[in-house]
Amino acid sequence: MPVTRGFFRKRDEGPAGRLPPGQYDTGSSWPVLTAEAAPDLAPADWRISVDGLVEAPSTWTWDEAHALPGSTYTGDIHCVTTWSKFDMTFRGVSVDDLLTAARPRPEARFVLAHSSTGYTTNLPLDDVTGGKAWVVWEVDGKPLSREHGGPARLLVPHLYFWKSAKWVSRLELLAEDQQGFWERNGYHDRGDPWREQRYQGDA
Amino acid sequence: MTGIEAVTPRATEWTTGTIITKEQPTPDQVRLRLHVEDRQRHDPGQHYVVRLRAPDDYTAQRSYSVASDGEDPLLELLVERLPDGEVSGHLADVAEVGDVLEVRGPIGRWFRWDARTPAVCLVGGTGVVPAVAMLRTARRLGRTDLLRVAAVGRSPEHLPYAAELARAGALVAYTRHDAGDRPAGPPRPDELAPLAEGAEVAFICGSPRFVALATPLLIGAGVDPTTIRVEQFGATG
Repeated sequence: MPVTRGFFRKRDEGPAGRLPPGQYDTGSSWPVLTAEAAPDLAPADWRISVDGLVEAPSTWTWDEAHALPGSTYTGDIHCVTTWSKFDMTFRGVSVDDLLTAARPRPEARFVLAHSSTGYTTNLPLDDVTGGKAWVVWEVDGKPLSREHGGPARLLVPHLYFWKSAKWVSRLELLAEDQQGFWERNGYHDRGDPWREQRYQGDA
Repeated sequence: MTGIEAVTPRATEWTTGTIITKEQPTPDQVRLRLHVEDRQRHDPGQHYVVRLRAPDDYTAQRSYSVASDGEDPLLELLVERLPDGEVSGHLADVAEVGDVLEVRGPIGRWFRWDARTPAVCLVGGTGVVPAVAMLRTARRLGRTDLLRVAAVGRSPEHLPYAAELARAGALVAYTRHDAGDRPAGPPRPDELAPLAEGAEVAFICGSPRFVALATPLLIGAGVDPTTIRVEQFGATG
Protein backbone atom coordinates (compact mmCIF):
# COMPACT_ATOMS: atom_id res chain seq x y z
CA MET A 1 0.00 0.00 0.00
CA PRO A 2 1.23 3.51 -0.76
CA VAL A 3 2.97 5.76 1.72
CA THR A 4 0.83 8.85 2.24
CA ARG A 5 2.69 11.90 0.95
CA GLY A 6 3.62 14.16 3.82
CA PHE A 7 2.33 11.94 6.63
CA PHE A 8 4.49 11.12 9.63
CA ARG A 9 3.86 9.59 13.03
CA LYS A 10 2.54 12.25 15.40
CA ARG A 11 1.40 10.32 18.44
CA ASP A 12 3.62 8.23 20.64
CA GLU A 13 2.63 4.64 21.13
CA GLY A 14 2.15 4.66 24.89
CA PRO A 15 3.59 1.85 26.98
CA ALA A 16 5.85 -0.38 24.87
CA GLY A 17 4.17 -3.36 23.28
CA ARG A 18 0.70 -2.52 24.53
CA LEU A 19 -0.84 -0.68 21.57
CA PRO A 20 -2.28 -3.01 18.91
CA PRO A 21 -1.80 -2.05 15.25
CA GLY A 22 -3.90 0.86 14.02
CA GLN A 23 -4.82 1.95 17.57
CA TYR A 24 -3.97 5.11 19.48
CA ASP A 25 -3.92 5.93 23.19
CA THR A 26 -7.06 7.89 24.09
CA GLY A 27 -5.48 9.01 27.36
CA SER A 28 -7.86 10.00 30.11
CA SER A 29 -10.98 10.15 27.95
CA TRP A 30 -13.32 7.20 27.52
CA PRO A 31 -15.33 7.64 24.33
CA VAL A 32 -18.93 6.43 24.26
CA LEU A 33 -20.12 4.59 21.18
CA THR A 34 -23.57 3.10 21.04
CA ALA A 35 -25.96 2.08 18.29
CA GLU A 36 -29.11 2.40 20.34
CA ALA A 37 -30.75 4.63 22.86
CA ALA A 38 -29.15 3.88 26.27
CA PRO A 39 -31.65 2.12 28.57
CA ASP A 40 -32.36 3.31 32.08
CA LEU A 41 -32.06 0.06 34.01
CA ALA A 42 -32.26 -0.04 37.79
CA PRO A 43 -30.00 -2.55 39.53
CA ALA A 44 -33.09 -4.01 41.21
CA ASP A 45 -34.47 -4.92 37.78
CA TRP A 46 -31.20 -6.25 36.36
CA ARG A 47 -30.65 -10.01 35.90
CA ILE A 48 -27.89 -12.08 34.38
CA SER A 49 -28.81 -15.51 32.99
CA VAL A 50 -26.76 -18.34 31.55
CA ASP A 51 -28.79 -20.73 29.41
CA GLY A 52 -28.85 -22.59 26.11
CA LEU A 53 -26.64 -25.70 26.05
CA VAL A 54 -26.14 -25.96 29.80
CA GLU A 55 -27.16 -28.57 32.39
CA ALA A 56 -28.45 -26.00 34.88
CA PRO A 57 -29.86 -22.79 33.36
CA SER A 58 -29.19 -20.13 35.98
CA THR A 59 -30.20 -16.56 36.73
CA TRP A 60 -28.69 -14.17 39.26
CA THR A 61 -30.23 -10.98 40.58
CA TRP A 62 -28.11 -7.92 41.37
CA ASP A 63 -27.72 -8.99 44.99
CA GLU A 64 -27.07 -12.63 44.11
CA ALA A 65 -24.38 -11.67 41.59
CA HIS A 66 -22.74 -9.42 44.17
CA ALA A 67 -22.75 -12.31 46.65
CA LEU A 68 -20.56 -14.38 44.30
CA PRO A 69 -16.79 -14.26 44.77
CA GLY A 70 -15.68 -10.98 43.25
CA SER A 71 -13.08 -10.73 40.53
CA THR A 72 -11.03 -7.81 39.18
CA TYR A 73 -9.49 -7.07 35.81
CA THR A 74 -6.74 -4.48 35.57
CA GLY A 75 -5.39 -3.77 32.13
CA ASP A 76 -6.12 -2.29 28.75
CA ILE A 77 -9.16 -2.11 26.45
CA HIS A 78 -9.26 -1.62 22.69
CA CYS A 79 -12.15 -0.23 20.61
CA VAL A 80 -12.48 -1.03 16.92
CA THR A 81 -12.89 2.70 16.27
CA THR A 82 -9.12 2.84 16.95
CA TRP A 83 -8.82 4.09 20.51
CA SER A 84 -7.21 2.06 23.27
CA LYS A 85 -7.30 2.88 26.95
CA PHE A 86 -4.60 1.69 29.32
CA ASP A 87 -4.62 0.60 32.94
CA MET A 88 -8.33 0.39 33.69
CA THR A 89 -9.68 -1.54 36.65
CA PHE A 90 -13.02 -3.28 36.42
CA ARG A 91 -14.72 -5.21 39.21
CA GLY A 92 -17.47 -7.81 38.98
CA VAL A 93 -17.60 -11.58 38.65
CA SER A 94 -15.67 -13.91 36.42
CA VAL A 95 -17.71 -15.53 33.65
CA ASP A 96 -15.97 -18.76 34.73
CA ASP A 97 -17.92 -18.67 37.98
CA LEU A 98 -21.24 -18.22 36.18
CA LEU A 99 -20.44 -21.09 33.81
CA THR A 100 -19.36 -23.36 36.65
CA ALA A 101 -22.82 -22.97 38.16
CA ALA A 102 -24.65 -23.46 34.83
CA ARG A 103 -22.48 -26.43 33.70
CA PRO A 104 -22.10 -26.13 29.91
CA ARG A 105 -22.79 -29.27 27.93
CA PRO A 106 -19.87 -30.76 25.97
CA GLU A 107 -21.33 -29.63 22.63
CA ALA A 108 -21.43 -25.97 23.69
CA ARG A 109 -18.69 -24.16 21.79
CA PHE A 110 -19.99 -20.61 21.32
CA VAL A 111 -21.68 -17.92 23.36
CA LEU A 112 -24.18 -15.34 22.19
CA ALA A 113 -24.25 -12.48 24.68
CA HIS A 114 -27.59 -10.65 24.88
CA SER A 115 -28.28 -7.19 26.29
CA SER A 116 -31.52 -5.93 27.73
CA THR A 117 -31.73 -3.65 24.67
CA GLY A 118 -31.75 -6.57 22.24
CA TYR A 119 -28.08 -6.05 21.34
CA THR A 120 -26.18 -9.28 20.77
CA THR A 121 -22.58 -10.29 20.14
CA ASN A 122 -21.04 -13.69 19.49
CA LEU A 123 -17.94 -15.21 21.08
CA PRO A 124 -16.19 -18.56 21.00
CA LEU A 125 -16.63 -20.21 24.42
CA ASP A 126 -12.82 -20.37 24.66
CA ASP A 127 -12.74 -16.55 24.62
CA VAL A 128 -14.87 -16.20 27.77
CA THR A 129 -13.34 -19.01 29.86
CA GLY A 130 -10.01 -19.37 31.64
CA GLY A 131 -10.04 -15.96 33.33
CA LYS A 132 -10.58 -13.96 30.13
CA ALA A 133 -14.09 -12.54 30.65
CA TRP A 134 -16.14 -10.88 33.36
CA VAL A 135 -19.54 -9.39 34.09
CA VAL A 136 -18.60 -6.05 35.66
CA TRP A 137 -20.43 -3.26 37.49
CA GLU A 138 -17.58 -1.10 38.72
CA VAL A 139 -14.83 0.75 36.88
CA ASP A 140 -11.89 2.49 38.55
CA GLY A 141 -13.67 2.28 41.88
CA LYS A 142 -16.98 3.75 40.74
CA PRO A 143 -20.27 2.24 39.62
CA LEU A 144 -20.38 1.70 35.86
CA SER A 145 -22.33 4.59 34.36
CA ARG A 146 -25.37 4.03 32.19
CA GLU A 147 -23.67 5.19 28.98
CA HIS A 148 -20.83 2.74 29.55
CA GLY A 149 -23.26 -0.14 30.04
CA GLY A 150 -24.31 0.26 33.66
CA PRO A 151 -25.56 -1.22 35.80
CA ALA A 152 -23.50 -4.13 34.39
CA ARG A 153 -21.75 -5.09 31.18
CA LEU A 154 -19.74 -7.95 29.79
CA LEU A 155 -15.96 -7.42 29.74
CA VAL A 156 -13.81 -9.36 27.28
CA PRO A 157 -10.75 -7.12 27.19
CA HIS A 158 -8.58 -9.21 24.85
CA LEU A 159 -11.09 -8.64 22.02
CA TYR A 160 -12.35 -5.38 20.48
CA PHE A 161 -14.72 -3.70 22.87
CA TRP A 162 -17.95 -4.22 20.93
CA LYS A 163 -17.70 -7.81 22.22
CA SER A 164 -18.00 -6.43 25.77
CA ALA A 165 -21.78 -6.09 25.53
CA LYS A 166 -23.23 -3.19 27.49
CA TRP A 167 -26.31 -3.83 29.67
CA VAL A 168 -25.62 -7.57 29.43
CA SER A 169 -28.53 -9.72 30.56
CA ARG A 170 -27.94 -13.20 29.17
CA LEU A 171 -25.21 -15.55 27.99
CA GLU A 172 -26.65 -18.16 25.64
CA LEU A 173 -24.46 -21.20 24.96
CA LEU A 174 -24.63 -22.62 21.44
CA ALA A 175 -23.10 -25.45 19.44
CA GLU A 176 -22.76 -23.33 16.28
CA ASP A 177 -21.56 -19.77 15.94
CA GLN A 178 -24.42 -17.32 15.46
CA GLN A 179 -23.57 -13.76 14.50
CA GLY A 180 -24.59 -10.89 16.74
CA PHE A 181 -25.62 -7.32 15.99
CA TRP A 182 -22.39 -5.77 14.71
CA GLU A 183 -21.19 -9.01 13.17
CA ARG A 184 -24.30 -9.16 10.97
CA ASN A 185 -23.65 -5.51 10.18
CA GLY A 186 -20.16 -5.99 8.84
CA TYR A 187 -17.84 -6.47 11.80
CA HIS A 188 -15.57 -9.47 12.39
CA ASP A 189 -16.81 -12.64 14.07
CA ARG A 190 -13.93 -12.77 16.57
CA GLY A 191 -12.34 -9.31 16.77
CA ASP A 192 -8.76 -9.85 17.97
CA PRO A 193 -7.13 -6.38 18.14
CA TRP A 194 -3.62 -7.80 17.76
CA ARG A 195 -4.60 -9.37 14.44
CA GLU A 196 -6.65 -6.30 13.45
CA GLN A 197 -9.80 -8.35 12.95
CA ARG A 198 -12.06 -5.33 12.48
CA TYR A 199 -14.41 -6.20 9.64
CA GLN A 200 -15.82 -9.29 7.97
CA GLY A 201 -13.15 -10.50 5.58
CA ASP A 202 -10.16 -9.66 7.79
CA ALA A 203 -7.96 -12.72 8.37
CA MET B 1 -37.59 -1.97 -5.94
CA THR B 2 -34.98 0.72 -6.00
CA GLY B 3 -31.92 -1.31 -6.83
CA ILE B 4 -30.39 -0.29 -3.52
CA GLU B 5 -31.05 -3.76 -2.12
CA ALA B 6 -28.81 -5.25 -4.79
CA VAL B 7 -25.74 -4.40 -2.69
CA THR B 8 -23.46 -7.40 -2.51
CA PRO B 9 -22.55 -8.00 1.13
CA ARG B 10 -19.04 -9.10 0.26
CA ALA B 11 -16.23 -8.17 2.56
CA THR B 12 -14.62 -4.85 1.85
CA GLU B 13 -10.93 -4.77 1.02
CA TRP B 14 -8.45 -1.96 1.33
CA THR B 15 -8.12 -0.03 -1.89
CA THR B 16 -6.92 3.41 -2.86
CA GLY B 17 -8.67 6.71 -3.31
CA THR B 18 -7.22 9.63 -5.26
CA ILE B 19 -8.19 13.13 -4.17
CA ILE B 20 -9.93 14.76 -7.14
CA THR B 21 -11.22 17.86 -5.39
CA LYS B 22 -10.51 19.41 -2.02
CA GLU B 23 -12.51 22.29 -0.58
CA GLN B 24 -12.44 23.91 2.83
CA PRO B 25 -15.90 25.39 3.35
CA THR B 26 -14.69 26.63 6.75
CA PRO B 27 -11.27 26.57 8.42
CA ASP B 28 -12.32 23.51 10.39
CA GLN B 29 -13.95 21.51 7.63
CA VAL B 30 -12.53 19.84 4.56
CA ARG B 31 -14.61 18.29 1.82
CA LEU B 32 -12.81 15.66 -0.22
CA ARG B 33 -14.06 14.03 -3.39
CA LEU B 34 -12.18 10.84 -4.19
CA HIS B 35 -11.88 8.52 -7.12
CA VAL B 36 -11.88 5.07 -5.49
CA GLU B 37 -10.37 2.09 -7.29
CA ASP B 38 -12.76 -0.85 -7.60
CA ARG B 39 -15.43 1.01 -5.65
CA GLN B 40 -18.40 -0.87 -4.25
CA ARG B 41 -21.86 0.65 -4.23
CA HIS B 42 -22.80 2.14 -0.87
CA ASP B 43 -26.11 2.90 0.77
CA PRO B 44 -26.73 6.32 2.27
CA GLY B 45 -25.63 6.29 5.92
CA GLN B 46 -22.62 4.03 5.43
CA HIS B 47 -19.05 5.11 6.08
CA TYR B 48 -15.52 4.64 4.80
CA VAL B 49 -12.25 4.23 6.63
CA VAL B 50 -9.32 6.38 5.57
CA ARG B 51 -5.85 5.10 6.50
CA LEU B 52 -2.68 7.17 6.35
CA ARG B 53 0.70 5.46 6.15
CA ALA B 54 4.03 6.99 7.21
CA PRO B 55 7.37 6.03 5.65
CA ASP B 56 8.14 3.86 8.72
CA ASP B 57 4.85 1.97 8.09
CA TYR B 58 3.12 3.61 11.04
CA THR B 59 -0.55 3.93 10.18
CA ALA B 60 -3.51 5.91 11.49
CA GLN B 61 -7.08 5.33 10.38
CA ARG B 62 -10.42 6.99 11.00
CA SER B 63 -13.97 6.46 9.80
CA TYR B 64 -15.89 9.12 7.89
CA SER B 65 -19.51 9.05 6.76
CA VAL B 66 -20.12 9.30 3.05
CA ALA B 67 -21.95 12.39 1.81
CA SER B 68 -22.35 11.33 -1.80
CA ASP B 69 -25.16 9.37 -3.36
CA GLY B 70 -24.24 5.82 -4.44
CA GLU B 71 -24.46 6.78 -8.11
CA ASP B 72 -22.10 9.71 -7.82
CA PRO B 73 -18.93 8.76 -9.72
CA LEU B 74 -16.85 10.15 -6.85
CA LEU B 75 -16.93 9.42 -3.14
CA GLU B 76 -17.48 12.53 -1.03
CA LEU B 77 -16.27 12.74 2.57
CA LEU B 78 -16.56 15.64 5.00
CA VAL B 79 -13.83 15.80 7.58
CA GLU B 80 -13.93 17.98 10.66
CA ARG B 81 -10.50 19.20 11.65
CA LEU B 82 -10.01 18.38 15.31
CA PRO B 83 -7.43 19.95 17.63
CA ASP B 84 -4.30 17.78 17.39
CA GLY B 85 -6.20 15.54 14.98
CA GLU B 86 -3.69 13.15 13.52
CA VAL B 87 -5.78 12.17 10.49
CA SER B 88 -8.10 15.16 10.21
CA GLY B 89 -5.17 17.55 10.59
CA HIS B 90 -3.33 15.84 7.76
CA LEU B 91 -6.38 15.85 5.49
CA ALA B 92 -7.06 19.52 6.24
CA ASP B 93 -3.54 20.93 6.13
CA VAL B 94 -1.29 18.62 4.12
CA ALA B 95 -3.35 16.57 1.68
CA GLU B 96 -3.62 17.92 -1.87
CA VAL B 97 -5.46 17.10 -5.05
CA GLY B 98 -3.74 14.11 -6.63
CA ASP B 99 -2.67 12.51 -3.35
CA VAL B 100 -3.49 8.84 -2.96
CA LEU B 101 -4.98 7.57 0.32
CA GLU B 102 -5.76 4.06 1.50
CA VAL B 103 -9.51 3.66 1.87
CA ARG B 104 -11.89 0.89 2.79
CA GLY B 105 -15.64 0.67 2.54
CA PRO B 106 -18.51 0.85 2.49
CA ILE B 107 -18.81 -0.20 6.12
CA GLY B 108 -21.86 -0.37 8.36
CA ARG B 109 -25.03 -2.26 7.58
CA TRP B 110 -27.04 -0.82 10.45
CA PHE B 111 -26.99 2.96 10.08
CA ARG B 112 -28.19 3.04 6.48
CA TRP B 113 -31.39 3.99 4.76
CA ASP B 114 -33.02 1.61 2.27
CA ALA B 115 -34.64 4.51 0.35
CA ARG B 116 -38.03 2.84 0.70
CA THR B 117 -38.93 3.26 4.38
CA PRO B 118 -40.37 6.55 5.66
CA ALA B 119 -37.59 8.01 7.78
CA VAL B 120 -36.72 10.94 9.98
CA CYS B 121 -33.18 12.17 10.66
CA LEU B 122 -32.11 14.34 13.57
CA VAL B 123 -28.48 15.21 12.97
CA GLY B 124 -26.05 17.68 14.46
CA GLY B 125 -22.80 19.35 13.39
CA THR B 126 -20.72 17.11 11.14
CA GLY B 127 -23.29 14.40 11.94
CA VAL B 128 -25.33 15.87 9.07
CA VAL B 129 -23.19 14.00 6.54
CA PRO B 130 -25.18 10.74 6.37
CA ALA B 131 -28.39 12.76 6.11
CA VAL B 132 -26.89 14.58 3.12
CA ALA B 133 -26.28 11.23 1.43
CA MET B 134 -29.84 10.19 2.24
CA LEU B 135 -31.30 13.42 0.83
CA ARG B 136 -29.23 13.17 -2.34
CA THR B 137 -30.35 9.56 -2.82
CA ALA B 138 -33.99 10.46 -2.18
CA ARG B 139 -33.74 13.28 -4.72
CA ARG B 140 -32.25 11.00 -7.38
CA LEU B 141 -35.03 8.47 -6.83
CA GLY B 142 -37.76 11.12 -6.72
CA ARG B 143 -38.71 9.98 -3.22
CA THR B 144 -38.01 13.05 -1.13
CA ASP B 145 -41.47 12.51 0.39
CA LEU B 146 -39.99 9.58 2.37
CA LEU B 147 -37.31 11.51 4.21
CA ARG B 148 -37.56 14.34 6.75
CA VAL B 149 -34.41 15.90 8.11
CA ALA B 150 -33.77 18.20 11.05
CA ALA B 151 -30.20 19.50 11.18
CA VAL B 152 -28.79 21.29 14.21
CA GLY B 153 -25.69 23.43 14.50
CA ARG B 154 -24.39 26.17 16.73
CA SER B 155 -24.30 28.59 13.79
CA PRO B 156 -24.09 28.38 9.99
CA GLU B 157 -20.30 28.11 10.23
CA HIS B 158 -20.67 24.98 12.32
CA LEU B 159 -23.20 23.22 10.11
CA PRO B 160 -21.73 21.65 6.97
CA TYR B 161 -24.04 21.55 3.96
CA ALA B 162 -26.42 24.01 5.65
CA ALA B 163 -27.47 25.66 2.38
CA GLU B 164 -27.99 22.34 0.61
CA LEU B 165 -30.02 21.01 3.54
CA ALA B 166 -32.21 24.10 3.60
CA ARG B 167 -32.79 23.93 -0.16
CA ALA B 168 -33.82 20.29 0.25
CA GLY B 169 -36.49 21.32 2.74
CA ALA B 170 -34.73 20.28 5.94
CA LEU B 171 -35.48 22.01 9.20
CA VAL B 172 -32.25 23.86 9.98
CA ALA B 173 -31.98 24.88 13.61
CA TYR B 174 -29.14 27.01 14.95
CA THR B 175 -28.74 26.91 18.69
CA ARG B 176 -26.84 30.22 18.93
CA HIS B 177 -27.87 32.09 15.80
CA ASP B 178 -31.17 33.66 14.81
CA ALA B 179 -32.05 32.65 11.27
CA GLY B 180 -34.85 34.54 9.56
CA ASP B 181 -37.88 34.30 11.79
CA ARG B 182 -36.48 31.33 13.70
CA PRO B 183 -34.90 32.37 16.99
CA ALA B 184 -31.77 30.56 18.17
CA GLY B 185 -32.47 27.33 19.99
CA PRO B 186 -32.66 23.58 19.65
CA PRO B 187 -35.47 22.04 17.61
CA ARG B 188 -38.79 22.42 19.42
CA PRO B 189 -41.34 19.63 19.82
CA ASP B 190 -43.80 21.54 17.59
CA GLU B 191 -41.14 21.62 14.85
CA LEU B 192 -40.14 17.97 15.19
CA ALA B 193 -43.54 16.33 15.58
CA PRO B 194 -44.62 16.85 11.94
CA LEU B 195 -41.25 15.51 10.73
CA ALA B 196 -41.57 12.40 12.87
CA GLU B 197 -45.13 11.64 11.85
CA GLY B 198 -45.32 8.39 9.93
CA ALA B 199 -41.59 7.68 10.18
CA GLU B 200 -40.84 3.97 10.52
CA VAL B 201 -37.14 4.45 11.14
CA ALA B 202 -35.28 7.29 12.85
CA PHE B 203 -31.63 8.21 12.45
CA ILE B 204 -29.65 10.24 14.96
CA CYS B 205 -26.09 11.23 14.14
CA GLY B 206 -23.73 13.54 15.99
CA SER B 207 -21.48 13.81 19.00
CA PRO B 208 -22.34 11.81 22.14
CA ARG B 209 -23.57 15.06 23.68
CA PHE B 210 -25.82 15.72 20.71
CA VAL B 211 -27.13 12.14 20.77
CA ALA B 212 -27.97 12.47 24.45
CA LEU B 213 -30.05 15.57 23.68
CA ALA B 214 -31.55 14.30 20.41
CA THR B 215 -32.81 10.94 21.62
CA PRO B 216 -35.42 12.29 24.09
CA LEU B 217 -36.36 15.02 21.59
CA LEU B 218 -37.31 12.42 18.98
CA ILE B 219 -39.07 10.20 21.51
CA GLY B 220 -40.96 13.28 22.68
CA ALA B 221 -41.95 13.95 19.08
CA GLY B 222 -43.63 10.54 18.96
CA VAL B 223 -40.85 8.32 17.60
CA ASP B 224 -40.87 4.70 18.80
CA PRO B 225 -37.51 4.27 20.64
CA THR B 226 -37.02 0.83 19.11
CA THR B 227 -36.88 2.37 15.63
CA ILE B 228 -34.01 4.73 16.51
CA ARG B 229 -30.63 4.06 14.95
CA VAL B 230 -27.73 6.01 16.38
CA GLU B 231 -24.36 6.90 14.94
CA GLN B 232 -22.17 8.84 17.32
CA PHE B 233 -18.57 9.77 17.02
CA GLY B 234 -16.00 10.82 19.54
CA ALA B 235 -13.28 13.37 19.06
CA THR B 236 -10.86 10.75 17.80
CA GLY B 237 -8.95 13.09 15.49
